[in-house]
Amino acid sequence: MSLQASTSQTVGPYLHIGLTWLIIENLAAARIPGERVTIEGRVVDGDGKPVNDAAVEIWQADSRGRYGSKSFRGFGRSATNEKGMYRFQTIKPGRVPGPGGKLQAPHIAVNIFMRGQLKQLVTRIYFPGDLANGADPVLRLVPAERRGTLIANKKGKPGALEWNVFLQGRNETVFFDC
Amino acid sequence: MSIITGYRRPFPGTQPDYLFPPYASTVKRAPTKPLVRLPHTQTELTGPVFGYGEVKRGDHDLTNQHAGDPIGERIIVSGRVLDENGRPVPHTLVEIWQANSAGRYPHRVDQHDAPTDPNFTGCGRTLTDKQGRYRFVTIKPGEYPWRNHYNAWRPAHIHFSVFGPAFATRLVTQMYFPGDPLLPFDPMFNCVPDERARNRLISALDWETTVPETALGYRFDVILRGPDETPMEKKS
Ligand SMILES: [Fe+3]
Repeated sequence: MSLQASTSQTVGPYLHIGLTWLIIENLAAARIPGERVTIEGRVVDGDGKPVNDAAVEIWQADSRGRYGSKSFRGFGRSATNEKGMYRFQTIKPGRVPGPGGKLQAPHIAVNIFMRGQLKQLVTRIYFPGDLANGADPVLRLVPAERRGTLIANKKGKPGALEWNVFLQGRNETVFFDC
Repeated sequence: MSIITGYRRPFPGTQPDYLFPPYASTVKRAPTKPLVRLPHTQTELTGPVFGYGEVKRGDHDLTNQHAGDPIGERIIVSGRVLDENGRPVPHTLVEIWQANSAGRYPHRVDQHDAPTDPNFTGCGRTLTDKQGRYRFVTIKPGEYPWRNHYNAWRPAHIHFSVFGPAFATRLVTQMYFPGDPLLPFDPMFNCVPDERARNRLISALDWETTVPETALGYRFDVILRGPDETPMEKKS
């Protein structure tokens, strides 16, 4: 039997009614081992206006590079506020295998849903200054001048990272055909 | 034994593009630069698991969340979550949200001049069973106007959010009702060229799940991307 996947449809403007019962902005309880990071940023549309009606979901491995371990699920969901800001507190993931078994640089997978997107936007967050970024098999598929849009920026306090999503424009974030 | 090497890419014409000008909000929100094709790595082949720790047993019944009964026509919405190989997707989270019977959402940005219902919030969730089945009890949602174009009205619909086994299977879609005269005019419903793909978003009246004297049943199956598998060689 061969079926075809259902057509994706937008979450529309009222996504909060269905999705905000499960907001998970703090992914790692204090007992979970790993380097603590706070990742926050804005989602901005083609007019430079904040997107105040987006849901940002993340999926990541634990500090040893394992997905879905018993103590650390690795799933987060944040809804942007009136300034277009989302926010997560988590740990830096370990390295996981990529194509051909080669290790990938630490990264977080991102799905973004909003009114005006008929299907979710897929992107990734990488970590600033990580020596593995240069050889990461996915980053290397991205034109060199656009790779920076996938790498978070250090911001003040240790562990504080900023990663903004530009839907359009000169600094348009790299989105993947997943 | 086999291992999953990736999830199938969509059949041409069955998934929307990001830019679809008839849906005006896509114009300032769709990516303008080419997408980068992502190989499916362990990151995309795994995904979160949810359980009855967070989903409560009664969360599938949207008519039972307040002191009184909501106004409107009670319906049962049920079906299966399957992959493209026809295999059930068990124990996966299904979230729904919808307008009330008057076509109104209890949401700060919904300014439609129709009554809210103190006994209806319009959100529910459940986990599929071993056979991939789910079931919701709700109220038939009303059509509602939106400002996309002159005299724009959305057909009655229920928003569905489904996870499936992997990051790559995440799907948000909408369920429509059979015979809705607004469907041919709705840019969202018409966002893909493949007519059969569109029609799969329309539920079917279902006598099997209709409860006599109580509620009509509508059946809606959600199909997630199918895995590409490679048989694992047996070690001798
Ligand atoms: Fe809606």
